[in-house]
Amino acid sequence: MQRFAGVDYFDIESLLNEDEKMVRNSVREFVDVEIIPIIEKHYRENSFPMHIVPKLGELGLFGITLPQKYGCAEMNNVAYGLVMQELERGDSGVRSFVSVQSSLVMYPIFTFGSDEQKDYWLPKLASGEKIGCFGLTEPDFGSNPGGMVTRAEKVSGGYKLNGAKMWITNGTLADVAVVWAKLDGEIHGFLVEKGMPGFSAPEMKGKHSLKASVTSELIFQDVVIPEKNILPGSKGLKSPLMCLNQARYGIAWGVVGSMMECYNTALNYAKSRVQFGKPIAAYQMTQEKLVYMLNEITKSQLLNLQLGRLKDLGKVKHTQISMAKRNNCEKALEVARMSREILGANGILDEYPVMRHSANLESVKTYEGTHEMHTLIIGEDITGFSAFE
Amino acid sequence: MKIAVCVSHVPDTATKINIGSDGKKIDPTGVTYIINPYDEFAVEEALKTKEKFGGETVAICVGDDAVKETLRKALAMGIDNAVLLKDSIYRDSISIAKALADEIKNQNADLVFFGKQSVDYDNSITGQLTAELLGYNCVTVVVGFQLEGNKIIAEREVEGGKEIVETSLPAVITAQKGLNEPRYASLKGIMAAKKKVIEEKPLPPAENYVEIIAMKKPAPKQPGKIIGTDSSAVPELVRLLHEEAKVI
Ligand SMILES: Cc1cc2nc3c(=O)[nH]c(=O)nc-3n(C[C@H](O)[C@H](O)[C@H](O)COP(=O)(O)OP(=O)(O)OC[C@H]3O[C@@H](n4cnc5c(N)ncnc54)[C@H](O)[C@@H]3O)c2cc1C
Ligand SMILES: Cc1cc2nc3c(=O)[nH]c(=O)nc-3n(C[C@H](O)[C@H](O)[C@H](O)COP(=O)(O)OP(=O)(O)OC[C@H]3O[C@@H](n4cnc5c(N)ncnc54)[C@H](O)[C@@H]3O)c2cc1C
Repeated sequence: MQRFAGVDYFDIESLLNEDEKMVRNSVREFVDVEIIPIIEKHYRENSFPMHIVPKLGELGLFGITLPQKYGCAEMNNVAYGLVMQELERGDSGVRSFVSVQSSLVMYPIFTFGSDEQKDYWLPKLASGEKIGCFGLTEPDFGSNPGGMVTRAEKVSGGYKLNGAKMWITNGTLADVAVVWAKLDGEIHGFLVEKGMPGFSAPEMKGKHSLKASVTSELIFQDVVIPEKNILPGSKGLKSPLMCLNQARYGIAWGVVGSMMECYNTALNYAKSRVQFGKPIAAYQMTQEKLVYMLNEITKSQLLNLQLGRLKDLGKVKHTQISMAKRNNCEKALEVARMSREILGANGILDEYPVMRHSANLESVKTYEGTHEMHTLIIGEDITGFSAFE
Repeated sequence: MKIAVCVSHVPDTATKINIGSDGKKIDPTGVTYIINPYDEFAVEEALKTKEKFGGETVAICVGDDAVKETLRKALAMGIDNAVLLKDSIYRDSISIAKALADEIKNQNADLVFFGKQSVDYDNSITGQLTAELLGYNCVTVVVGFQLEGNKIIAEREVEGGKEIVETSLPAVITAQKGLNEPRYASLKGIMAAKKKVIEEKPLPPAENYVEIIAMKKPAPKQPGKIIGTDSSAVPELVRLLHEEAKVI
């Protein structure tokens, strides 16, 4: 088996501490051994590799920045980013699973939940014994989640939920859904558990992207949830947006993993593929592509590392996260497409990972705030004018 | 029971090796180092043995500050303690075995795991030498290990098959691929390892019996030869394999 040696043109390694390197190496090895050999089969069959969930839990990859008392590793944000990077080198779907569980389920329970909710859910989510999902997007409200129509109403002993969510990663698999709904016109988070009467989560079919990840609808028809299942600390659109900031941060790192895999594949292919009597790597146009790819990887890595250091210092701005998400996803998609070009016809085969990454990155560029929305968020920040509201 | 694991810090098998300017050492610039792959089986077996029978595990390594990375990895996998026998000069296998044997005695370890060989110098001998110096039993190239009281049943890989041997504690076991599936260092393990101290001990000067006088890269591979593309080429292929390559 070939060990992945990383892509590091600027000795960024020297900016990482001992623990960060160890975590990265451990997950890198895990991905080489446990994910890369099996992922194409799952992608082809539209299935998520469920058997890796306990292993991810054992490694400690769920909620890694949260406190040890909940069974988490309590590591810094750079370590979290590196984990996302390595996982996404395997597949964006696997990274999505861990992103959702960590940033969109464990984070809101930790941040907005009651002690009882934290004590019950966090250890089980950390070990992978329970799976979670995050329901914000609706069929008619994607980029504009504040317009959501899913609503909760106070009933005796709890709340009654009505409405529907769409495009929900892990929805069908989840034991608990963090659902955002309006209560008296204001957004709050609710924990909806699998099997509650009136709640169903059918899987969405027909995806050409993120095929090794489960995407679902969540349907609520008079679902009565107990009083204790509201996230007491959540209030307004700001709460789900805080979760998205965590996840977007992870995505900015994650896509660098996809880029590394695509670049590496293209570089190796170009050195060995001979056309017109020479390896295609010897032609200027191929070199231009390879250099562009490596250059974009290096820029993304440096953006991420500084973003992570700022986040660890508690100084990061959400617009900076937007910039990293926006830049890195766009460049990752470009890199994946270039890699596919260098591989010629072979690039479309699932013998190579590049077409899968390229197709995955179409989703990754859209979810957690589309490219355009992040542009407009930064645009508003620097000009003072909102161009989207 | 006290279980010791001797680990070494070696260049990653995927790294390109260059020879240093003195012609006697490799040039470490740009080389990534890892725990010797066979030592991962040794660490895993030590952990499994401890999980089954209790006791304490210690990882030991001879080398300079850089090898702490490998000791940290052993700690992150779950080893309890680590000792660095500190030295920065070249030691041959016997000199390393002497240092290890002294420390194993000092630790009172009665079960010692090694990798069957270290992939840097490939001498495949340190475990055996250490056992001899300690007067311990020794089983090499082990792919199956069972402990019952004082008795050890070990499976060894031999040409074309397996050999089952029985011996007793105290013993040195050298691990071969197939012995187990080494665990990954978990994030919690990595955090826990941070709190453990690597004990550093100075070593007396080396008494080497073997000196490296030169290192050379293998001759570059000759390009392949295509002698035909259909079955008519078979007789010529057989002739070349027999007469030129001398492999049949
Ligand atoms: C595989 C997958 C998994 C997902 N997982 C989850 C999940 O787990 N949980 C969850 O809640 N959601 C999830 N999503 C949903 C995702 O967050 C949304 O798809 C995303 O927010 C965009 O919403 P939309 O698809 O409705 O597009 P729309 O909002 O309809 O946007 C369509 C296009 O219009 C553009 N646009 C919209 N408004 C403006 C404007 N004002 N100015 C300029 N351009 C604009 C957008 O940029 C986009 O290009 C997932 C999506 C996918 C594809
Ligand atoms: C779905 C599909 C259907 C097809 N159907 C047919 C068919 O019906 N009949 C048929 O005959 N063929 C068919 N093809 C083959 C197709 O025409 C070839 O894939 C195409 O010509 C490219 O060749 P290649 O894949 O070997 O890539 P390569 O020639 O190996 O090229 C790889 C990369 O190197 C670049 N490159 C090559 N040489 C140079 C150079 N000198 N300078 C700079 N860059 C260079 C290329 O632009 C490309 O980016 C099909 C391919 C596909 C994917």
